[in-house]
Amino acid sequence: METAVELFYRKMLTDQQVAHFFDGVDMDRQIAKQTAFLTMVTGGPSHYTGRDMQAAHAHLVAKGLNDRHVDIVVEHLGETLRELGASPEQVQGVAALANSVRDAVLGRMRQA
Amino acid sequence: MTIIVYEGRELTRAPQESVLECLQRSGVPVPSSCRAGACQSCLVRAVAGAPPPEAQKTLKDTLRTRGYFLSCVARPTEDLTVSLADAELRCAARVHSLSPLSPTVVRLRLCPEADFAYAAGQFLNLSRPDGLTRSYSLASLPGRDPFLELHIRLYPGGQMSTYVQTLRPGDQVFLRGPAGDCFYVGGRPEQPILLLGTGTGLAPLYGIVQEALRSGHRGPLVLLHGAARSDGLYLGRELRELAAAHPNLTYLPSVLQLAAGPPAEDPPTADVLEGALDTLLAARYPSLRGFRVFLCGSPELVTALRKQAFLAGASRKDIASDAFLTAPPAPVSPPPSATGSP
Repeated sequence: METAVELFYRKMLTDQQVAHFFDGVDMDRQIAKQTAFLTMVTGGPSHYTGRDMQAAHAHLVAKGLNDRHVDIVVEHLGETLRELGASPEQVQGVAALANSVRDAVLGRMRQA
Repeated sequence: MTIIVYEGRELTRAPQESVLECLQRSGVPVPSSCRAGACQSCLVRAVAGAPPPEAQKTLKDTLRTRGYFLSCVARPTEDLTVSLADAELRCAARVHSLSPLSPTVVRLRLCPEADFAYAAGQFLNLSRPDGLTRSYSLASLPGRDPFLELHIRLYPGGQMSTYVQTLRPGDQVFLRGPAGDCFYVGGRPEQPILLLGTGTGLAPLYGIVQEALRSGHRGPLVLLHGAARSDGLYLGRELRELAAAHPNLTYLPSVLQLAAGPPAEDPPTADVLEGALDTLLAARYPSLRGFRVFLCGSPELVTALRKQAFLAGASRKDIASDAFLTAPPAPVSPPPSATGSP
């Protein structure tokens, strides 16, 4: 998991299209969040509610975070898993879980 | 708002105040230096109540289990009774020698009066008899050197700097420690190791390099030492000799601007690289995959290079750093009145 998180985080920080969203963020704190995210999308326990995800990303949405960025993140996630030997089915499953929080991240939660 | 009990007095700690601020405000003589949770000068002990975990996490187990915590980063949620760090944590030492390494750095060698166990590259807290405390990294090699060696940057008007310059062989000082994660760990003798330091950041790296070589490390050891100008470099001759004797050691001194300082002799100008350290590093070592990385010195550079090293492929757990935080300048006291003081 540690390797996956580092690989994933490294990809995001070196991708000019999304790296700026991480500016000024403490690396250790970010890694902890990425670990939680990866745990969740690989089927592990999640402590974040949809509302948490929405609140956490609100300031990034205000800076222009949109569907394209989420696509890029899901792409990096897939690449990371493939590099670590995941099968296409596993990657698809993870991408589905990641996409399930897309609306929350982008502040498009349906009113309950 | 919580209560801090010290020597029977109940001190009210304001909501955002750290335990250190509360104690110092109340006149308790707690030493402090970096006020950022790194140097451990402000160590105090909770004799009742549980200290907040963030204020203990960087401490070694033996300190943690005894209730010690870093008061400068402690904002407890419950009342605590505290005492200052026990005298038993202190070790007396005698000055062995003091000699200049460069126009701004002196080498202080101390002989501890009791056993002082440490790993090369760790740091200790040096105290003046009145309690003024600063952290310095160890450049000596335990077991081989009978003394502890510190490289002390002299700051004009600095309290500790002024004091250090008055030291003579035989004078007594007090030490506490060791602490810190920058030290050589065996078990991977082929691993490439990058050691990057600015200014007196060379001190721990010098110790670590010698420890690695003594342990028979076979992988490449790359020591990059950066200074603003050539007179900030030191130990050049010793490092060149060490590199000549050990083919796996590469010594790369660098300065920001060669033309800004006097011509370098030690090491000679011809061997000195010019430029910003992060640029030099990226150019020479674009990939740090599999490397163990040690970063010591200027906080801004250490923080930037931690990220750079990580992005270059080094794993976070393989990156150890020591940011040399300087103490805020002492408040300037107004000059005594010409008509006489009360």
